[in-house]
Amino acid sequence: MSHYSVLSIIANAFNGQKGWTPAWRDAAPKPVYDVIVVGGGGHGLATAYYLAKEHGIRNVAVLEKGHVGSGNAGRNTTIIRSNYLLPGNEPFYEWSMKLWEGLEQDLNYNAMVSQRGVLNLYHSDAQRDAYARRGNAMRLNGADSELLDRDQVREMAPFLNFDQSRFPIQGGLLQKRGGTARHDAVVWGYARAADRLGVDIIQNCEVTGFIRTGDAVVGVETTRGPIRAGKVGLAVAGSTSRLTRLLDMRLPIESHVLQAFVSEGLKPLVPGVITFGAGHFYISQSDKGGLVFGGDIDGYNSYAQRGNLPVIEDVCEAGMALFPRIGRLRILRHWGGIMDMSMDGSPIIDKTHLPGLYLNAGWCYGGFKATPASGWCFAHTLAKDAPHAFNAAFRLDRFRSGHLIDEKGVGAQPNLH
Amino acid sequence: MRIPCPYCGLRDAHEFSYLGDATVSRPAPDMPDAQEAFFHYVYLRENPAGAHEELWYHAAGCRQWLVVSRDTRTHEISGASFARAPKADASHAEVKP
Repeated sequence: MSHYSVLSIIANAFNGQKGWTPAWRDAAPKPVYDVIVVGGGGHGLATAYYLAKEHGIRNVAVLEKGHVGSGNAGRNTTIIRSNYLLPGNEPFYEWSMKLWEGLEQDLNYNAMVSQRGVLNLYHSDAQRDAYARRGNAMRLNGADSELLDRDQVREMAPFLNFDQSRFPIQGGLLQKRGGTARHDAVVWGYARAADRLGVDIIQNCEVTGFIRTGDAVVGVETTRGPIRAGKVGLAVAGSTSRLTRLLDMRLPIESHVLQAFVSEGLKPLVPGVITFGAGHFYISQSDKGGLVFGGDIDGYNSYAQRGNLPVIEDVCEAGMALFPRIGRLRILRHWGGIMDMSMDGSPIIDKTHLPGLYLNAGWCYGGFKATPASGWCFAHTLAKDAPHAFNAAFRLDRFRSGHLIDEKGVGAQPNLH
Repeated sequence: MRIPCPYCGLRDAHEFSYLGDATVSRPAPDMPDAQEAFFHYVYLRENPAGAHEELWYHAAGCRQWLVVSRDTRTHEISGASFARAPKADASHAEVKP
């Protein structure tokens, strides 16, 4: 498999584009691996890549029940940012931001990482103070943040409804290093880079059971036969409970459906990512010109990958309050993905009580931006049998011990996170 | 999605708010292993892909708590009953919002 470069583009231009080979092998499962990562989304593939690259563990398989990136990796709104408040979260997400910044060179793949800025609007004095605090917390952890007043926001985004009758815009918290990335390219880039380091990416291979020796997990049963492994890591997002059920484990997770939307294509309008502070609404513009936006989860347990109309109405109402000129746009597509909503709104990257089984789950809304650091930290946890400092707070037992990381402060109510 | 409220009839899900799994029940605080029992009650869920018994509150209707039987894979609702009907299952009756 060739290295992608300007020279490879030129060379292929002269030989009729015949020099391109598949970006990764279609591997058949071997009977035994050192590590099996279940889930061929962004997190699973990133985990395999960093296992090979950072820890030299190359006898790794990624098992995917469909094709890579067909779950939430292909269903998100592509936003990357590190604007968290709490100590357990912010260092992790800032590490993810730093990995995003070097990702394309690292993977030799154009993931279209675009640091076009993430702007969170505030609409009251109290919200301004909360955002100032958040901005300071970000800076304390090495991230960038700027608190903008109304005029500065107006300069960036003159099309917003600044004098909305209930929620006039007073300013915003801007993270210039935030932005968007091309979600599919992230998956493909990690898949190709992991494959080049020897990782087997096995698609259409659904895990149907676990092979146990006593308490220990020593492999998986799949639709393509049993595969044994020294360690098994789960990175299956909304399907986590389906797998842990096979092990009689109950988790602090509920699966919920989150819808997202894209409009017909427009000329450049929205400069970065903009979020409404008085309701849940976030919007950006894709490179093709479509406005990509979303809001709350539907709010009830679901594995259906499709939602209902009340949330569509709610999202569009928030959009109209913020940004009235989108009212005449047509929605081109909308879709739903299954979120693994944890009980405190923060993720889990940890060992489990079963030897050989490792868990990466509970990403709620925030999985996409976390992709690089999630893989990096899960690889570390798998390789070293201990968390890295960046994911030390993402423990599975924090719910028992009370060390919750509740960014929104809403308590154990997953549909409110 | 429409929910067959036993009092109001078939109503749009928009009128209801969702609480979650109806099969968990609040433990007695003075039981010997109350701390562990509360951990299970507050945080751990079956989260099934399939049949799910869940609590919905008819906020814009009769303001009753309902136990709704719904399939989480299809959103198909097969029934609903009052969470605190006099002869309802005791575990439902003990769940408080």
